Amino acid sequence: MRRAARFSAMALGAILGAGILLAATARAQQLVADLSSHLIAITTGFTGTEVVLFGAVDGPGDVAVVVQGPAGRVNVRRKERIAGIWMNTRSVEFDDVPGYYAVATSRPVERLAEPSVLAREEIGTSNIALVATGAPPGRAAEFREALIRGKRSQGLYPEGPVPVTFLGDRLFRTTIHFPANVPTGAYTVGVFLFRNGQVISAQTTPLVVSKIGFSAEVYEFATRQSLAYGIAAVAVALASGWAAGAVFRRV
Amino acid sequence: MQIYLPIAEMSVNALLLLLMGGVVGFLSGLFGVGGGFLMTPLLIFVGVPPAVAVGTQANQLVAASLSGVLAHWRRGNVDMKMGVVMLVGGVLGTTGGVGIFAVLQRIGQIDLVISLSYVLFLGVIGGLMVFESARALIKRRRMPARRKLHVHTWLHGLPFKMRFPRSRLYVSALLPGGIGLVGGLLVAIMGIGGGFLLVPAMIYLLGMPTAMVAGTSLFQIIFTTAFATVLQAATNGTVDVVLALLLLVGGVVGAQFGTKAGAYLRGEQARFLLGAMVVLVALKLAWDLIAVPLDLYSLSRMEEG
Repeated sequence: MRRAARFSAMALGAILGAGILLAATARAQQLVADLSSHLIAITTGFTGTEVVLFGAVDGPGDVAVVVQGPAGRVNVRRKERIAGIWMNTRSVEFDDVPGYYAVATSRPVERLAEPSVLAREEIGTSNIALVATGAPPGRAAEFREALIRGKRSQGLYPEGPVPVTFLGDRLFRTTIHFPANVPTGAYTVGVFLFRNGQVISAQTTPLVVSKIGFSAEVYEFATRQSLAYGIAAVAVALASGWAAGAVFRRV
Repeated sequence: MQIYLPIAEMSVNALLLLLMGGVVGFLSGLFGVGGGFLMTPLLIFVGVPPAVAVGTQANQLVAASLSGVLAHWRRGNVDMKMGVVMLVGGVLGTTGGVGIFAVLQRIGQIDLVISLSYVLFLGVIGGLMVFESARALIKRRRMPARRKLHVHTWLHGLPFKMRFPRSRLYVSALLPGGIGLVGGLLVAIMGIGGGFLLVPAMIYLLGMPTAMVAGTSLFQIIFTTAFATVLQAATNGTVDVVLALLLLVGGVVGAQFGTKAGAYLRGEQARFLLGAMVVLVALKLAWDLIAVPLDLYSLSRMEEG
């Protein structure tokens, strides 16, 4: 416990130190920000993690942080009752759906700027640019809502903006939470500085989520050489089944 | 103790998985069935994607059935020739099943088909078992009527007749082959060994001696599940070894205690309890199909390309 406390005190110290440094450079630049870590390692004991984002601005203003995970294609299906049984019927496909999406802001999203500005920068779940393929616009909206709701219930689009807190009027920090089922790949962390409802400065920082160690090796093996992996899985099962039979014969 | 499953891509409690393996193993030892029909729904219930649950379950069953066969082998209760003939059908069934699985996954109906086949097979088999064992429990005091070794039906008129000396049978090879085929389909689509279907089919359709049935069906199940594991891994990428190993350790230990407890149960009682359990699982799954779902919409990730 004590070690953890000391560690977090040290981390905070480092962040503050870095923050002061950043504050000095921020005089030249309007916005500077960085993450406590640029790599999230999914190890065998991974249960989710938090990443601290900290930075400095050159004067008063509002800060919004948008974290987007690797984009992919998602199929949203709707169930309907057919002959008394609920089955999937209609479906809509969405392109460029971020695998993870989180927002942190220093004030409620709708009070940061005009809707058009928020839409342009994709700030807030209602502003993610999603392209629906093969569906009339009315139906797409309904499926889009379902998509966001589904991602939210999986914990991949965390509910509501997390606060960005200011330490004084120059330094800010926020904590981004990543659940255990966070998809792997390249993430982008966008930081925006708002003044009078306009984005006056923005910065993008990369973040990588990657499987590390044993779970990475298993995954690599399973995807690169799937046939050999299947055979190995059977061999492991045969060995353990035989061992179990041999051990329990004596008992 | 949380552990990250590399293929299911989720974090679960390792102790929970060991416990689940142990309980299902206990029941399978108690009743002499594989227990896949309980484990697959349980895995889905704790949040494992259905496809991964099915693929992994096949892998786990390889180990469970091998350790089971070893015990039967020592007592000479395995009809190799019969097992090999069933296996030919089993391999065909598994290949077809994995193909069907991939197609269903693509068109988004795999969950429905898995649930429907569970409701259908579990409901029918469980209902029959409850009915038959209840009648046996009531009639137990009466003298059993003397029966012929087996009744001759049109099934015995099929071509390609073969002799199976161990089981003292002379039947068409199409019959065990067909039973194997259905078993293989079940392994691939439902992630179960299919023992609960194979065993009655071998007793009632083939007329095999009861002592031979368990060992021979397990012998056949080793190969179909092994084959299904390799195919699922290669075509659908749904086999999680870490998950399989955890279930296996719990399952092996549970099965030993189950077998010992099973010695205190009479045949009809065991069949009645097993039947009742099977029917309950079927009813639960049937309810999930007809009840209004929590969310009408579901998401699935598509492969890029």
